[in-house]
Amino acid sequence: MAGFLERERIVAPPGWSRWLVPPAALSIHLAIGQAYAWSVFKPPLEKGLGISGVASALPFTLGIIMLGLSAALFGTRVDSKGPRWAMVVSSSCFVAGFLISALGLYLRQYWLVVVGYGFVGGIGLGIGYISPVSTLIKWFPDRPGLSTGIAIMGFGGGALIASPLTNQLLSAFGGSGANPNPDGIGQTFLVMGLIYAVFMSVGWLLIRVPAPDWKPAGWDPAHAKTGSLITTANVSARNAIRTPQFWLLWVVLCFNVTAGIGILERAAPIYSDFFPDATSPQALAAAAAGFVAMLSLANSAGRILWSTTSDFLGRKNMYRIYLGVGALLYLGLTLLTNTNKVLFLLIAILLLSFYGAGFATVPAYLRDLFGTYQVGAIHGRLLTAWSTAGVLGPVIVNAIADARIAAGVAGPGRYTLSFTIMVGLLVVGFVCNELIRPVSERYHEPAQEQPGTRTEARA
Amino acid sequence: MTTHTENTGRPISPAVVVLAWLWVLVPFGYGLYQLVLKIPALFGH
Repeated sequence: MAGFLERERIVAPPGWSRWLVPPAALSIHLAIGQAYAWSVFKPPLEKGLGISGVASALPFTLGIIMLGLSAALFGTRVDSKGPRWAMVVSSSCFVAGFLISALGLYLRQYWLVVVGYGFVGGIGLGIGYISPVSTLIKWFPDRPGLSTGIAIMGFGGGALIASPLTNQLLSAFGGSGANPNPDGIGQTFLVMGLIYAVFMSVGWLLIRVPAPDWKPAGWDPAHAKTGSLITTANVSARNAIRTPQFWLLWVVLCFNVTAGIGILERAAPIYSDFFPDATSPQALAAAAAGFVAMLSLANSAGRILWSTTSDFLGRKNMYRIYLGVGALLYLGLTLLTNTNKVLFLLIAILLLSFYGAGFATVPAYLRDLFGTYQVGAIHGRLLTAWSTAGVLGPVIVNAIADARIAAGVAGPGRYTLSFTIMVGLLVVGFVCNELIRPVSERYHEPAQEQPGTRTEARA
Repeated sequence: MTTHTENTGRPISPAVVVLAWLWVLVPFGYGLYQLVLKIPALFGH
């Protein structure tokens, strides 16, 4: 008998609904997306423990590094062991990260927060991020962009839930305000860990893999959308990283993410520098917070909207839009500066929607190029581009802005050079996308005998 | 070789699908609502 976590145990029988799979994926992604709301913990930790801003950012930074590393290292195992194993491991690590952090705060040992949330929790982030991707692609061969877009939108949306929840818990336990109690911050970590343990359990309980001979009702693979880049062959993860296509896509993702982070990382200061006229400092702070909120919404909405569109327009065309139009929008932002607030907002919304869409469309692009065989593992390796961009984007924008501020430059001029660099990076990404061709047959896995296909009862 | 699965092969009730979606959409809707509340300040100064 297959073990509870094994892939064989969760093969869906006839009659299983594939529409249970996206909520299972969202149960994981909405939870681990909490990472984007780490900034809520920063002021209480700094005031409560007397640590610096750099120190309070360490758990998040380490978490994102571990996300990329664990996705790359464990991707093959996630594909072979199956999504339930991956979701249980992810949940265990992510929740353990909160519990270790709670203990660290009770003991006033901040290093336990760094190791717990950053290292242990970060492993949960990486494995959780890729855990449902290949399963969704197999359940939705007719709509891979939609299915992965839903899950990856969840990662963007996780912070929307975590941010107000964290604020309310910190307030209830005395972990906020001018003199936050570290025990109250610890209780917040403890309660959040328990909430996520329950919330994520629905993911690993519900997740199923389709039978090998399953296909959606009414869908004929022979009539499926085909294109020069959409392969019916399979490439292993080991071979994928030997192809130029993988590395071209790596650059595409890296520079698309770098360009998005260019705005996201300093969203509030950028708004305040572009539109400093306000009736009061409080009104300016509230408006900047509104700008950050609007960008978060655009980031999440872009993931589902543009990724779904890619099922119709094709993946390569969508990246032409993200990178080509994105470069023109950044150029527009550089030239227009603060002359028109509505145009500024529209450009920022579009840019952030392209940033989110770049994440959400890439699993389907990988499926098109390398097949479904080890798409999860290949996706995991590609996420190292995210870790790189996570360092590159903030370094470019912050270093240049800090230098301009030191030189006495005020207003939009602080960002002219960094936005120009983003235009250049997006153009390079655009060229890389143009260079992507079908993967050579020498990298394909040997063809296997095709079993008879079984049509699902309820699609 | 027989494989044990956790399902009996009965069709899944639509209510289960609805409940599963509510499990994720209700908290997401709460987060979205909290977010939208902040946006008017962007145009209010």
